[in-house]
Amino acid sequence: MGLMDKHAIIEKNASLLLVGSLLVVTVGGIVEIAPLFYLDNTIEKVEGMRPYSPLELVGRNIYVREGCYLCHSQMIRPFRDEVERYGHYSLAAESMYDHPFQWGSKRTGPDLARVGDRYSNVWHVEHLTDPRSVVPESIMPSYAFLKDASIDVKDFSTHLVANRRVGVPYNDDMIAHANVDLMAQADPSADTSGLEARYPKAKIGDFDGNPQQVTEMDALVAYLQMLGTLVDFKNYDEATGYR
Amino acid sequence: MKFGTEIVLLSLFAFAAFVAAGFGVDEPFRQHMLVLLIALLGFTAVLLRNTSFAPAVAVDPSAYMDGPIRYGAIATMFWGIVGMTVGVVIALQLAYPDLNIQPWFNFGRLRPLHTSGVIFAFGGNALLCTSLYVVQRTCRARLFGGNLGWFVFWGYQLFIVMAATGYLLGITESREYAEPEWYVDIWLTIVWVAYLILFLGTILKRKEPHIYVANWFYLSFIVTIAMLHVINNLSMPASFLGSKSYSAFSGVQDALTQWWYGHNAVGFFLTAGFLGMMYYFVPKQANRPVYSYRLSIIHFWALIFLYIWAGPHHLHYTALPDWAQTLGMAFSIMLWMPSWGGMINGLMTLSGAWDKLRTDPIIRMMVMAIAFYGMSTFEGPMMSIKTVNSLSHYTDWTIGHVHSGALGWVGMISFGAIYYMVPKLWNRERLYSLRLVTWHFWLATLGIVVYAAVMWVSGIMQGLMWREYDEQGFLVYSFAETVAAMHPYYVMRAIGGAMYLSGALIMAWNITMTILGYQREEDPMPGSVPAFQPKRSGARNWA
Repeated sequence: MGLMDKHAIIEKNASLLLVGSLLVVTVGGIVEIAPLFYLDNTIEKVEGMRPYSPLELVGRNIYVREGCYLCHSQMIRPFRDEVERYGHYSLAAESMYDHPFQWGSKRTGPDLARVGDRYSNVWHVEHLTDPRSVVPESIMPSYAFLKDASIDVKDFSTHLVANRRVGVPYNDDMIAHANVDLMAQADPSADTSGLEARYPKAKIGDFDGNPQQVTEMDALVAYLQMLGTLVDFKNYDEATGYR
Repeated sequence: MKFGTEIVLLSLFAFAAFVAAGFGVDEPFRQHMLVLLIALLGFTAVLLRNTSFAPAVAVDPSAYMDGPIRYGAIATMFWGIVGMTVGVVIALQLAYPDLNIQPWFNFGRLRPLHTSGVIFAFGGNALLCTSLYVVQRTCRARLFGGNLGWFVFWGYQLFIVMAATGYLLGITESREYAEPEWYVDIWLTIVWVAYLILFLGTILKRKEPHIYVANWFYLSFIVTIAMLHVINNLSMPASFLGSKSYSAFSGVQDALTQWWYGHNAVGFFLTAGFLGMMYYFVPKQANRPVYSYRLSIIHFWALIFLYIWAGPHHLHYTALPDWAQTLGMAFSIMLWMPSWGGMINGLMTLSGAWDKLRTDPIIRMMVMAIAFYGMSTFEGPMMSIKTVNSLSHYTDWTIGHVHSGALGWVGMISFGAIYYMVPKLWNRERLYSLRLVTWHFWLATLGIVVYAAVMWVSGIMQGLMWREYDEQGFLVYSFAETVAAMHPYYVMRAIGGAMYLSGALIMAWNITMTILGYQREEDPMPGSVPAFQPKRSGARNWA
């Protein structure tokens, strides 16, 4: 067979083999991934999405650090049982400021895309400290150490700057107030008017039951309590959003 | 001076690590740099103790360079046992959550240690040492670049140590199978480019006109992993003296980039590379030529072209646009064909040598590997069908699927290759014991069967419980009830994994004794020595 004989050319030339295989493996990625960056309808138009507040972002980093995504998804699929169990199916827009995404791949525990406002702060702290005290069937590890861990960041504005460099619309005002906002969100006695203006719908208060100190528990609970609460689905048009 | 440059460079890097450990902006980074400092100082000390001022002995340029391969074979065994042990531990944590020890040994930090441990430490070292073994012998050329082979080996081990300790400290990008943070990623990129130069350089100085088929697979694996690793790990550090970075992409684009990477970590790391292994060691051990040369050409190009498209099947019914999901599904189903092309080519290489299955447990191991390859490359396309995926996704079925591929295919073919290589690398007449290989074979095979079967049951059950409605239209089970229902299966899964691990421990013993030069006195394998024809006195005598 003629074509097969021609293959001998590639077999005798390592550079050709290298370039040939590299070309062959680039095609799929270019066709599938590149359009997601320029097709307008990839991300639905919704109202309410905003960047994470500094405390929420610290909480999100703890969520990432502890590997929560390995057992909890944040992606509700459009099935009757999932929508009934967890709420409206997830939109691409809801993770548009997520660097990295936390959709997850396994549900050893339930989906958390809309866990915000479902339980009280006290419940979350209790659950993270001793999961089986509130859910006897749970197989989650304990995260009690978060209550004693102060937030370990010298200057959190660098994190907002890094996010801005990859496309999150943090403005100069947000960056300038990063450290103040970080502490104010978990401090019931702080003046939070600026914070609320910068981050609408931000949950404010002492999350971990220890007003003396801003801990990693405060941050994680602040993050969990805002998950899925930003988009108002009363104004969402399903038909236009479908891709 | 022997190792002169190396010692100076290592000391400089150790000093840099020392400075970073002092000035790091977050605690995990400072601890991580301390780990790096200790590793580099230890290495410098070893080199200092082995340095000499005698003129260097000239190496024979026609002799193969097997030093890094010997180390690689030992590292494969070592990391394999580490990774599998962590696997058994996290399996037990799911069955008995009190085994979590916060914060360092919680499930969420140990799980990446297990996955990276078996994929990159065990699998990676197996690929590294077999590829360097194969490329020298099929090209009849010594490794290119002098001590480059040693740099690649030790550089890769440093990557493993940094990745593993980072996970325990909580340093992660949360991208599955690409968790290490930006500075460890940069180091891996350097090592990987050196590996590409080493491998390609050796091919370029070959004395054989043709490049053997195993090397096509190895080469495409190396170059594709380089592309995937660099693009998937693009990220912006918050500080160059800190451990935290933010992914360059967000949300839906980030998800598809990650699973484009993630699925091709399977496709190129765990498939193409190990097919390269199959194409050398199966014909060698069976003493038969590769079944079909044409099939190898067709399935090679089809496999590497189609695999890259399959990523979106990890994101079915998510917020990824439908067109991308459907495209991913279609290509995943097509992928079944080239995958089975490889299986057929591997299995049919046994043509005319099937009798060896009875007498040679190493061949048996390789054939079982290929059988599991065929099984999981059928299961994969099936699970990528959206309807099936709607049930299987997020459940243990996926975990079972991964393990039939990883334990069955990747593990077994690596074990076979190492059993083949070790006596040759250390100039031993044979393995310490062939009967221990049989023990290993059965423990591993039964372990996988238990593991996979249990995960099918638990995964499908979990998926069905989540979607079960009663006659009044209410969901029947709360989520917590589905978790409780998993308990017996999690216990059985840990038992399956422990069986597989015990097989690997037997192998480690066998390999160690072989390297030390012992041979166990044992009866030959049944059937390997032709028995005398039994006397037919008892036969019915019609005459």
